[in-house]
Amino acid sequence: MPTAIEFFKFLPKTNCGECGHPTCLAFAMQLANQKVSIDACPYVDPSAKGKLEESSAPPVRGFNVGVGEKTVRMGDETVLYRHERKFVNPTAFAVTVTDTMTAEEISATVAHYSSMVFERVGMEFRLDMFTLRDGTGDPDSYVKAVKCLSENTDWPIILLSDDPEVIRPAAELIKERRPLIYSADRSNVEQMASMAAALGLPLALRDDTLDGMASLVEDAKKAGVEDLILDLGSASMKQVLENNTAARKVSLRRTFKGLGYPLMNCVGSGERAVMRAMLSVMKYGSLVIFESIEAQQALPLMTLRQNIYTDPQVPIQVKEDLYPISDPDTASPVLFTTNFSLTYFTVRADIEKSRQPVWLQVVDTEGLSVLTAYAAGKFGPEHVSAALEASGALQKSDGPIVTPGMVAKLSGKLEEALGRKVLVGPMESGSLPKFLKGLKG
Amino acid sequence: MAKVPMPKEKWSGAVGSMALGDGSVSLGGVKGMPFLSFEDPQKHRPLLAGEVVDDISDFPSIVLKQFGTSAEDPVSWAMEWKSKGADLICLRLLSTDPERNDTAPEKAAEIAKKVADSTGLPLIVYGSGIAEKDAAVMEAVGKALEGHRSILAYVEEDSYKRMASTAVAHKHAVLAFSNLDINLAKQMNILLSDFGVDRGDIVMDPLMAPLGMGLEYSYSVNERIMLAALSGDRMLQVPMVCDASQAWQVRDCSEEDDALGDAAERAAWWEFATALAALLSGADVLIVRGAKAMDLIQEAVNDMGGHA
Ligand code: B12
Ligand code: SF4
Repeated sequence: MPTAIEFFKFLPKTNCGECGHPTCLAFAMQLANQKVSIDACPYVDPSAKGKLEESSAPPVRGFNVGVGEKTVRMGDETVLYRHERKFVNPTAFAVTVTDTMTAEEISATVAHYSSMVFERVGMEFRLDMFTLRDGTGDPDSYVKAVKCLSENTDWPIILLSDDPEVIRPAAELIKERRPLIYSADRSNVEQMASMAAALGLPLALRDDTLDGMASLVEDAKKAGVEDLILDLGSASMKQVLENNTAARKVSLRRTFKGLGYPLMNCVGSGERAVMRAMLSVMKYGSLVIFESIEAQQALPLMTLRQNIYTDPQVPIQVKEDLYPISDPDTASPVLFTTNFSLTYFTVRADIEKSRQPVWLQVVDTEGLSVLTAYAAGKFGPEHVSAALEASGALQKSDGPIVTPGMVAKLSGKLEEALGRKVLVGPMESGSLPKFLKGLKG
Repeated sequence: MAKVPMPKEKWSGAVGSMALGDGSVSLGGVKGMPFLSFEDPQKHRPLLAGEVVDDISDFPSIVLKQFGTSAEDPVSWAMEWKSKGADLICLRLLSTDPERNDTAPEKAAEIAKKVADSTGLPLIVYGSGIAEKDAAVMEAVGKALEGHRSILAYVEEDSYKRMASTAVAHKHAVLAFSNLDINLAKQMNILLSDFGVDRGDIVMDPLMAPLGMGLEYSYSVNERIMLAALSGDRMLQVPMVCDASQAWQVRDCSEEDDALGDAAERAAWWEFATALAALLSGADVLIVRGAKAMDLIQEAVNDMGGHA
């Protein structure tokens, strides 16, 4: 982003006030803070405006692939390290079908991956996109396959071939769905880029070297494509790590302008693919294309993505409230826990497993887990009793109050404060089904 | 053709290095962010420690299956790790817990000595996590392992004197534990230095929270520690130990559930993801539990241009 002084240089310095600011300098300062648009000053020379727009372009371009609810947004990243600010658009994962498959095989593969969905911390984890790989070199076969694929899924589609003539009819057929074209390299960049430009579609570029990639970017831009994603190779983890890091670093530091695009890795299948994918999630990948992936690898991979892309300032949390589970009544026990999402959803799932009616009181601990909150002084008897009173839990049930086992120390003080029976629950909520059944008996 | 300038940082600091065992095993000495050869051309050589416990009563059965009968005896378990290419053995003397076997310090020290002698590998030795007992156990262990420089684990802000003295007396390194906070990590190193422990004898454990249980906090705290150390903060220029075995604490790491895929495979990837996050954010030593996870981690270290 240019500084206020840099903006100021381009302003007429007449302080006419038409922009709504008393002086050109005041306006320049608002520009630097990204509070106003340069268009508000009618007197900026158009060529200066072009220069300013270029230098105020985001360091990593953002764009959409696909349309509708399943649209995937890539890029827009602003930092190298996530403690500075949240990483913005989570890595998208794509899996692959080919035009050598029958229509049945394509729809079975799509169905298989579409149902690879995991619930974790109250969130749904799933894959994001399908890639159609050209396995025949035949445009007719490819267009048939893309028809079949697009009828079977509303996920964004990646069209994968080295041959622009294979991609063209398919891309024309589904261009309204905004597929990504993968990929252009040194050998075909002119044709690929002019096709992508004509259809208004995003394009992936592939080159293993930073210099080679920079010149591909220039060529693609010349042909009129702006929405680019860069594949700097995935031959080794070293290549993924170093190329992605270097490209992102020069872009964010603005020591080189031509690589400010989202990055991607095409990893294949098997163990090496999962390793490269995990690395790409941590090191600036916006998209990972798999040939295939198994559930036991997908869950840890998606959990990693969720972890890395959480906001470092705000732990994911739920609302302080009294949550009824399985129709509790006036005799049901009142369990309490913290409002950290991981804690709440773990405990909730275990209570549901027990099929016992329970009131679950969530206490606002600013999103901290049981021991963390206790150690931080946010989960004392006073916090718990205040929450129980505010929610009316004590009126809704005469059942026993149950503490998490890790904070057994709370039970004495709480019993005093509430004048009610307080039981110590198990350390791990995994033992709650047994504990709750024991309570009844 | 465009020429992209390599974004090489000019770091003013480096992580201190130290030797372990008979002096032939070295760690630390990193001069750039992990595995970036354009910042630090020397081969990155994080050490991988295989975990061995002396009481398997509540140890995950998936791991026990991987090691078969050798898990019944710490020495044969450690030898198995050695043949798998582990650089260190992380020995947890769980049986010393007063609530378990309450194994006497001298007895525990014998186990440690046997493991060290048979493998020839340096050890990271933990007690049972009961501070008072651990200090006594480490006194015996430190003495028994004299001449075979190891890491005594661990000390905390409110109890460090006795174990730190043991380390100094018998020329071992000591593991400084802190809780997911760069300032606390630094504070621990300062406390130990002020107490008379040489900075070259301190390794730190800033707590590696596992995948799905706070990994993101650790990833960022570690990165901040690395950046500060490389930028010249001497009190953070000590090698970092990360415990990937904590991954097994997370329920969906290894619970049996068909919808989540094969449990043993999933657990390996759960531990691997934790380990990779640790390696990329600055771990110099990794503690690893699963045999399969160790294979994956070794492959990844090599593939990143390091050398396991
Ligand atoms: C991630 C983490 C953090 C994150 C916070 C994450 C968060 N949003 O809570 C950060 C980095 C912020 C953090 C900070 C601190 N942390 Co911390 N942290 C952890 C860590 C690694 C994981 C916690 C976690 O997510 N657990 C998972 C959740 C699901 O567990 P849980 O909430 O306890 O829930 C389980 C049970 O309690 C039970 N349960 C829960 N509710 C209920 C209800 C009922 C009725 C029942 C029966 C059971 C039950 O079932 C659940 C599943 O098993 C742990 C170490 C570890 N590996 O456990 C340390 C840990 C909890 N932290 C600790 C400490 C000391 C701190 C700090 C005070 C450090 C400091 N001095 O600054 C700060 C305090 C925070 C602050 N000031 O803001 C200590 C607590 C020590 C103690 N025994 O009291 C721990 C144990 C680490 C350690 N070994 O020293 N921490
Ligand atoms: S409109 Fe333009 S010339 Fe007038 S004060 Fe604003 S910035 Fe200055």
